[in-house]
Amino acid sequence: MSNGNPSSAGAPSRRVLEAVTGSLKRRYASERRFRLLGRLAVLTGLVFVGSLFLSIILNGYTGFQQTYLKLSVTFDQETLDPAGKRDPAVLDSADYGALVKRAMQAAFPEVSGRSELRELFGLVSSGAEYQLQDMVEDDPSLIGTTRDVWLIASDDLDMVVKGHIDRTVPEDQRRVSDRVLAWLDALEKKGVVETRFNWSFFTNGDSREPELAGIGGAVMGSFYTLLVCLVISFPIGVSAAVYLEEFAPKNRLTDLIEVNINNLAAVPSIVFGLLGLAVLINFFGMPRSAPIVGGLVLALMVLPTIIIAGRAALKSVPPSIREAALGVGASKMQTVMHHVLPLAMPGMMTGMIIGMAHALGETAPLLMIGMVAFVVDVPKGFFDPSTLLPVQIYLWADSPERAFVEKTAAAIMVLLAFLIAMNALAVYLRKRFERRW
Amino acid sequence: MSTPLLIAVLLVLTAGAYMLGRRRSVAVSGGVGGVRHLHSLPSYYGSYAALWCLIPALLVLALWVAFHSTLVTELVVRDLPQEVQQLGADRLGLVLNDIRNLASGNVVSREVTPELQAAADHLKNLERTSAAAMAVVVLSLGVIGGGIAWRQISPRLRARNRVESIVNVLLITASTIAIFTTIGIVLSVLFESIYFFRAVPVASFLFGLEWSPQIALRADQAGSSGAFGAVPLFTGTLLISGIAMLVAVPIGLMSAIYLSEYASREFRAVAKPVLEVLAGIPTVVYGFFAALTVAPLVRDAGAALGLQVASESALAAGLVMGIMIIPFVSSLSDDVINAVPQAMRDAAYALGATQSETVRQVILPAALPGIVGSILLAVSRAIGETMIVVMAAGLSAKLTANPLDSVTTVTVQIVTLLVGDQEFDSPKTLAAFALGLVLFVVTLGLNIIALHVVRKYREQYE
Repeated sequence: MSNGNPSSAGAPSRRVLEAVTGSLKRRYASERRFRLLGRLAVLTGLVFVGSLFLSIILNGYTGFQQTYLKLSVTFDQETLDPAGKRDPAVLDSADYGALVKRAMQAAFPEVSGRSELRELFGLVSSGAEYQLQDMVEDDPSLIGTTRDVWLIASDDLDMVVKGHIDRTVPEDQRRVSDRVLAWLDALEKKGVVETRFNWSFFTNGDSREPELAGIGGAVMGSFYTLLVCLVISFPIGVSAAVYLEEFAPKNRLTDLIEVNINNLAAVPSIVFGLLGLAVLINFFGMPRSAPIVGGLVLALMVLPTIIIAGRAALKSVPPSIREAALGVGASKMQTVMHHVLPLAMPGMMTGMIIGMAHALGETAPLLMIGMVAFVVDVPKGFFDPSTLLPVQIYLWADSPERAFVEKTAAAIMVLLAFLIAMNALAVYLRKRFERRW
Repeated sequence: MSTPLLIAVLLVLTAGAYMLGRRRSVAVSGGVGGVRHLHSLPSYYGSYAALWCLIPALLVLALWVAFHSTLVTELVVRDLPQEVQQLGADRLGLVLNDIRNLASGNVVSREVTPELQAAADHLKNLERTSAAAMAVVVLSLGVIGGGIAWRQISPRLRARNRVESIVNVLLITASTIAIFTTIGIVLSVLFESIYFFRAVPVASFLFGLEWSPQIALRADQAGSSGAFGAVPLFTGTLLISGIAMLVAVPIGLMSAIYLSEYASREFRAVAKPVLEVLAGIPTVVYGFFAALTVAPLVRDAGAALGLQVASESALAAGLVMGIMIIPFVSSLSDDVINAVPQAMRDAAYALGATQSETVRQVILPAALPGIVGSILLAVSRAIGETMIVVMAAGLSAKLTANPLDSVTTVTVQIVTLLVGDQEFDSPKTLAAFALGLVLFVVTLGLNIIALHVVRKYREQYE
């Protein structure tokens, strides 16, 4: 560097220059490798996201559809209402299954023999008779007439129609026999097989029959649970955040609370389930499987998240607001309640929604408090036994029937849709009310 | 009167107390020369009356709801015939269940004897009395509380200060709930664990090599030794978490580096949120993905290579868990890397270092403590993860380090032991709580260390 002695500086600098230029190639290569590795890592992550969604969607989109068979059903007076009095009690206990069976037999008069007949009747879902019952109870004048009715097909038939059962596999390795396939082809030729959008998937409760199972009960259960969770965690979370951020003196107690909240945020969720089981169910004797207990457990679980988000929102309100309020004579409490809190509210709402989204997807603690029960009815209150959307997914994923795979994936799509909507709302709130001070 | 209705009435009462309190403050201000001469704004007098009306009544209501069923049951049991009372806890529970069903008009599992009917009637009566008494007590407390506050209202009453101190107490109460939650967790897990350790020694639980939590119903039953050695669970957990970290740490760290140091602003704006989507997906979805897509893929790949892969291999569960953890590692490391001062980068560039040399020799060493902290947090998340392993890992407790074999984890065992019907005094159920205690202690330790490391590091550059 020194200009005073060029001869002594020149030789080493040339040597350094040579060393540097000589190693440049290697260094650039390693630079490129490093960059490539980084790009690969990001790409792998993106591929994981993509394949996850793709696998769910490919497995699930057919779950929103259901195969129906058109049969001409004779609403036989003798079977349904022999006395002809249209007594609701009689209509209620009549043998609608017989109508379905007769209609099937009429469609395939050549079939005989017990096992073959049973297989034939198996084409139609066991829910078809309730379908007919509902029709008759809605309109008793149907009795004695013959109508073309679209009946729900059984899950096996549904799977064949949707192509989930490979016809080329040898018969003994296939769930569906060649005979059934032949009947299906005959029916398709007549044009009486149709797949339609499965509305009942959104309204039905759980069922052992995949074609009748729906997420209606689970959605309502999730709704009630989240409502309990919201009502409990929001006021407590906001109060705790306000106290810790605005009022708390710096002492050991508040330090302890802070450390505690940070640690609770990282406690495995299943431990909260153990807490719910030991304290809420065994000690306080609360009902199992009820949204009230699930909501309480989830509220305790998301509370740290909400408090942390709330404190961040309060922190982002500039001190000048507080000083101005205090300057015109407001008390500390008035400053916080009238000025700081309203300004921090959008941020708190965002944290709240993200906490709720977390609670909506949570499964493990709910297994502990008995929410894995098989619940057919749609819950009507906070104390009814119910199942939640993620738990329903878990239960269906465990079921052996092939048809439950697409139901599971379809339920996951609904769950993800809810989550995306909630997160989009949070992002919107943040964008809409975000203030740069 | 049902509880929701009671709460509604109480709220109406509270609103009334507010109005009356406010009106009285305005009225008494007439004597001292108008509202301006009151100590506080009229609304504070109203709030004062309202809080006194609401809070004591609500407290009593909460206590009543929490304890009345225990009390009522106790009273019913006391009136049962002597021989029924001495049945023992579980059979008495069955009888009580029947009485409850009978009282609410449900199907009863046994013959309805006159005693049972009498007990059911007694229960019905008690419940009715309890509900009525609760309504009377709660509402009169509300009226009395509001009334006392109302009578106190005078121009010199420091209503604002009093309201503010009540609100302050409420805020403090809310923030201590976190502590009570922790205490609740510790106590609930600890108590059941102590019962468990009475039946099974601590050492044989922590260091035993065999796990088969079946308790023999008959003495000569085969395969039900009831061994509670948790080491296979710990190794299984570590194996799956280890695989997960092998996936998550390189990918998460490299993508954090790439996104914060190399990527263009546009690419970062798209890729970062997309990667973070992974953090928002419920774990049950990952579980389904692992069981349905990844496990068969791993098995087929293994078969193509001539390897014997279990259908519930640790590899599949660990892989998917690693995918789940990527965003934890990447977003935490991203924060840490961004916290390294720009001056340090500039200094490295000025010396002629390439970008990757700067990252490897300047940024990573500077950010190392924070990265270690974030990895520790991710490990604790992996250890406590439940749904993925419940759905994709096995149930058999094997002591193996082979990732192609099926292993089980602590969380899987907690779930299998506690889901379904259970009695609360068998070591089988209590073992779940002992496992929960271990899980809680380990994750808590990891979190404390990680948070400490991260905080210490953060202070270094602030």
